[in-house]
Amino acid sequence: MSIDPNPGPVFVERRAYRRRRLVDAARLLPILGVTLVCLPLLWTGERDAPTSTTYAMIYFFSLWLALVIGAALLSRRLKSEAKSDTADAGADAVGGPAGDK
Amino acid sequence: MGKQVLLIEDEPNIIEAIRFILSRDGWDVRTHSNGQDAFEAARARLPDVIILDVMLPGKSGFDILTEIRADPALADTPVLMLTARGQKKDREMAERAGASQYMTKPFSNAEILETVRQMVVP
Amino acid sequence: MATLNILVLVCLSYVVLLFVVAFAADRAALRGRGKWLRSPIIYTLSLSIYCTAWTFYGAVGFAARSGLEFVTIYLGPTLVMIGWWWALRKMVRVGRSQRITSIADLISSRFGKSNTLAVFVTLLAVIGTTPYIALQLQSVTLSFAAFAETGPDVGEAINREVTAFWLALGLALFTILFGTRNLDANERHHGVVMAIALEAVVKLFALLAVGVFVVWGLSGGVSETLARIDASNIARWDVSASRWVGLTALSAAAFLCLPRMFQVMVVENEDEDHLRTAAWAFPAYLMLMSLFVVPIAVVGLDLLEGTNPDLFVLSLPLSQGQDGLAILSFLGGFSSATSMVIVAAIALSTMVSNHIVMPIWLNMTGGNAVMSGDVRQVALLARRLSIAGVVLLGYLYFRISGGGTALAKIGLVSFAGVAQFLPALLGGLFWRGATRAGAMAGLVIGSLVWLYSLFLPSFGTGTILSDAIMHDGLWGLSWLRPQALFGSEGMDPLVHAVMWSMLLNTAGFITVSLLSFPKPIERLQGAQFVNVYDHSPTTGGWTGGLAQTEDLLIMAQRIMGSTQAQAFFASAAGRQGIGGYLPEPSPDFLQSLERELSGSVGAAAAHAMVGQIVGGASVSVEDLMAVADETAQIMEYSSKLEAKSTELTRTARQLREANEKLTQLSRQKDAFLSQVSHELRTPMTSIRAFSEILRDADGLQAEEAGKYASVIHDEAIRLTRLLDDLLDLSVLENGQVSLNVQTGTLGDLLDRAEAAAGGNSGELEVRRQRGDEGIMLSTDLDRLAQVFINLIANARKYCDAKTPVLTIESRLSGEMLLVDFIDNGTGIPTDKQTVIFEKFSRIGDTKAGGAGLGLAICREIMGRLGGRVTYLPGQSGAAFRVSLPVEQRVAAQ
Repeated sequence: MSIDPNPGPVFVERRAYRRRRLVDAARLLPILGVTLVCLPLLWTGERDAPTSTTYAMIYFFSLWLALVIGAALLSRRLKSEAKSDTADAGADAVGGPAGDK
Repeated sequence: MGKQVLLIEDEPNIIEAIRFILSRDGWDVRTHSNGQDAFEAARARLPDVIILDVMLPGKSGFDILTEIRADPALADTPVLMLTARGQKKDREMAERAGASQYMTKPFSNAEILETVRQMVVP
Repeated sequence: MATLNILVLVCLSYVVLLFVVAFAADRAALRGRGKWLRSPIIYTLSLSIYCTAWTFYGAVGFAARSGLEFVTIYLGPTLVMIGWWWALRKMVRVGRSQRITSIADLISSRFGKSNTLAVFVTLLAVIGTTPYIALQLQSVTLSFAAFAETGPDVGEAINREVTAFWLALGLALFTILFGTRNLDANERHHGVVMAIALEAVVKLFALLAVGVFVVWGLSGGVSETLARIDASNIARWDVSASRWVGLTALSAAAFLCLPRMFQVMVVENEDEDHLRTAAWAFPAYLMLMSLFVVPIAVVGLDLLEGTNPDLFVLSLPLSQGQDGLAILSFLGGFSSATSMVIVAAIALSTMVSNHIVMPIWLNMTGGNAVMSGDVRQVALLARRLSIAGVVLLGYLYFRISGGGTALAKIGLVSFAGVAQFLPALLGGLFWRGATRAGAMAGLVIGSLVWLYSLFLPSFGTGTILSDAIMHDGLWGLSWLRPQALFGSEGMDPLVHAVMWSMLLNTAGFITVSLLSFPKPIERLQGAQFVNVYDHSPTTGGWTGGLAQTEDLLIMAQRIMGSTQAQAFFASAAGRQGIGGYLPEPSPDFLQSLERELSGSVGAAAAHAMVGQIVGGASVSVEDLMAVADETAQIMEYSSKLEAKSTELTRTARQLREANEKLTQLSRQKDAFLSQVSHELRTPMTSIRAFSEILRDADGLQAEEAGKYASVIHDEAIRLTRLLDDLLDLSVLENGQVSLNVQTGTLGDLLDRAEAAAGGNSGELEVRRQRGDEGIMLSTDLDRLAQVFINLIANARKYCDAKTPVLTIESRLSGEMLLVDFIDNGTGIPTDKQTVIFEKFSRIGDTKAGGAGLGLAICREIMGRLGGRVTYLPGQSGAAFRVSLPVEQRVAAQ
C-alpha cells in the first residue's frame, strides 16, 4: 500500500479502543445509578434527627440531573464516534456497534 | 403368311416350344439368347414381330425395348413382352416402355399364336 | 356552571386540535415529507405515555400519603433508559429487524412463532390493562366533577357515568380513525404518535405551571416550600427498603413489558439512533414531571386538608380562583388519560386481532395468510372491533368497580401483571437456551401466582376470594394463603406478590427451558434474536420508500428483464399518480410485484426477495423452507422430465432401427418373392407349352413327341427340386431343423456322396486324396452328405474343362477338418466369389438348369453344423472348402 492520506493504523486502534471504553461507560452508568438510588435506604439517620424528606428530595433530584447529564454526554460521544467511524476507510463501518453486544 | 419373328429369350425349352408353335403356323422364327447384343440383332434382321423376354442375362428386357423404340427403323415394330411377373404395375411399366402387347408365363399356346397374328395385321 | 361550559368548550376544541394534528401528520407521512416526524424529540415525547393520569393526579396523592416513595415509579424507567445499551437496544433492534408488531408477537416469534404463547400473552395483557383504562376514565370524570364544584352525590353519579361513557366513545372513535387508517405493514401510526407528542408537551407544561404556581405563587418561594415540606406529615424519610427496591424494580419491569410502552418504544420507532437521545431526554422529562409533586402535595395537605389528595393538582388552582390555570391543569390530566387509552387500545387491538381473531377467521375459511384484499378488510374490521372492545371493557370495569380508592392501587397491580412477561422477554433476547415450553411454564406459573395473590384480592376480601381463603389459605393450607405464600408473613402484599410471582416465574422458566428440547424453528429464531447484532446492520431508519423501490427495480430487472420490469414499475407509478419509474412501496404495489415475480421464480422465492428488500429483514425461516421446498419440487420435476426425455430418445432410436430393419426385410422379401416367382414360372412355362403342343398337335412324329415329353418330365423334376430346395432353405434359416447326430468316418460319407451325385458316371472324374478320411465324425451326417453332394453336382454342372476332374482333399488342421473340392475348370471370377452363396445367384449361362439355391443351402447347413463352406481362391479351378470342427479322435484303421 502506498502512502495513505488517512490516519494510519495507530489512530484507528486508539479510536476503536476509545469507542469500547465509551460503551463500557454506557454500561456502567445504570449500575452506578442503581447503586446510588438504593443508597438512601441505608440512611437510618440519627436518633433525634432523622433524615428529612427534603434532604432526600434534593439528593434524588441532583442524582437524577447528574444521571441525565452523564447519559447525554455519553450519547453525544457515542454518536460522534459512530460518525467518524463511518467517515473513515470504514471496513468496520458496516453497522457501527456490530461487534459489541 | 411368311412373316419373320425375332424371339429374344434365354430359356432353351421355352425357345423350343415357341419355335414349334409359330413355325407350324408358317412363321419364320429367329432366336437370340443374349441380352447384350439383342438390339443389334433386331436391328440387323428388322423382323415384323419381336417377342421379348424381360429376364435376360446382360440387359433387362425393358432397356432393350426402350432402345428398340428409340430407333426409327424399329419404332413401329410390334413387340410382345413376356414376363414371369403378372402384376398390374408390371403391365403398366411395359406399356409405358412401349410394348405393344404383354403376356405372362406360363401362357397358352393358342393365345400366343393369336396375339402374334393380331399384332401383324394392323 | 359557567366554568363547566367553558371547560367543555375548551375540551372539545382541544380534541379538534388533536384531530387536526393527527391528520396532518398522517398526510405528511404518506407523502414522504415530514422529516420532523422522524426527529428523536418526537420519539422521546411519545415515550411519555408512561405518565398517565395516574401520574398526573395519582403521584401527588401517592406523595401525600407515602412521601417520596412515588419517586420509585419514575426512577425505574430512568434507570432502564440510562441503561439502554443493555436491554432496550437489543429489543428495538430485534423488533425492527424481525418486524415485530407487539410484545405478544415478540415473545411468540422468539419461541418458534407459537400462537399459544401469543394468545396467552394477549389475554394477560388485556386482563392487566383493562383496570388501568378504567382508572383513566375515572380520573377524567373526577376532574370534571371537581369543576362542577358539587360533591359526589346521586345527581352527580349519573353525570359521571354519562361523562365516562362519552369519553370512552370519543376515545374509541379517535383511535379507530387514526389507528386503523390502513394496515401499515410496519404498524406505524404517525398521526397518533404526533398527537401523543403534543399531549406530552401539554401535560408537562400543565404540571410545571401548577408547580410553579404552587411554589412561587402559593408557597412563596423555594425555601419556604422546603420549610413546608419539613413541617408536613411526610417530613420523614422513612421508606421500607423492600418496598423501595420492589417498586423500583417493578416499575422498571413494567416499563419494558407494558404493551403501550412496547408500542411506542419499539413498534413506532423510526430510527434506532433515536434511542440515544431518548436515553437522556426521557429521564429528564420524568425528572421534570416529578419535580413539583412533593411541593404540590404538601401545599395541598396544608390548604385543602380532607379533600382527595389525588386531585390537588386541579383543586389547588380552582380553590385559589385560578380558573385559567385550572383549565390548563385539566387539559394536562385529560391529555395524560386520553393518550394512554389511545395507545393502549392500539397495542391491545393489534395483539387481539393478529393473534386471536385472524387465526380463528383464517382457520374457518381455510387457506394461508396471503395479504389479499379480502383478508385485509377482515383484519381492519377485527382491529376496529378490538379497539372498541378494549375501551368498552375498560368502561365496564369502571362501572362495575364504582370508582374509589380501589382503582388507585390497580395501577401497581397492573404493573405486576405485565411484569410476568419479563423473564420470557429478557430470557428470549439473551439466552439461546430459552425454549417455548419454558416460557409457557414461567408465564403460567407467574400469572397464576399474580392472579391469586394480587389481582383477585384487589377486588376486596369477600368479593371473589372468600374470607376463609384469605385467612386460612386455599383448601385450608396455611402456606397457600394469598398474601402469605409459603409462610412469608408480614410482607407488604404488593411486594410479596411481586416477589413470589417473579421468583416462581423465573424458576419455572429456567428449569423447564433447561429440561425441554426446542424445535428447530425455535432454535433458529433463538439464534436470530439473540445474535441479532451479527445478522442485521443498523437499519438506518426510514430510509425512504424510493430507495427501496429502486432496489426492487434492480432485482425485478434481473428476473423479468429490463424492459418488462421498467414497464411494470412505470405503470404502477402512473397509477399512483407519480411520474417516472419508482412508485411508492405501497402494499398494493408490493403485492402485485410479488405476483408478477412469482410467475418466474415461484411464489415463495418472490415473497422472500421482496420481503428482504422492503422489510430490511433477514429472510424468515419459513420463507426459506418454502423456497427450499419449491426448489426441491422443481428439481424433482425437471429430473423426471429429463429421464422421460432420455427414455423417449432411446425409444425413438430403437423404433427407427426396427423400422429400418423391417423396411430392409420387406425389400428383401419382395426381391425374394419376385425371384422365386420367376424361378417357378420358367419351368411351368415349358411344361404348359409342351403339354399343349402334345395335346393339340397332330402329325407329330414319335421322336418329337418323345423329346417333348422328356422336356416336360425334366422341367417337372426341376420344379420339384426347386420347391424342395426352397423349403429346405426356409427350414434351415428358421432354425427349425433338428440335427440327427450320427457317427461315421469321413471316408464312408464321401463315398456315399459320390455315389449319390452320380459317381464317376458322366464326364466328371472324381479323384480322392484320402489323407485324413479316417476321422470319425459325430454330426448330422445326412446333412453333411447333402453339402458334399451339392458341391460334387455343381462341379459336374459347371466345370468347363475338356476333361473335367474333381479332386477331393481331406485334411485335419488343429481342431478343424478341411475338405476341399477342387475342379480343373476356369474357376469363379473374383467379384462373384461371395455372391455365389446368395440365393438365386447363378453365373454364366442358365443352361445348367439349377435354381441357384444349392450353395445357399450349403452355407446354411454348415452354419448349423458349426462349420463353414467357403470359396478357395487361387486353385487350378473352382475350389470350395468345407471346414468343420471335430474332436481329436482318429478311428483305428
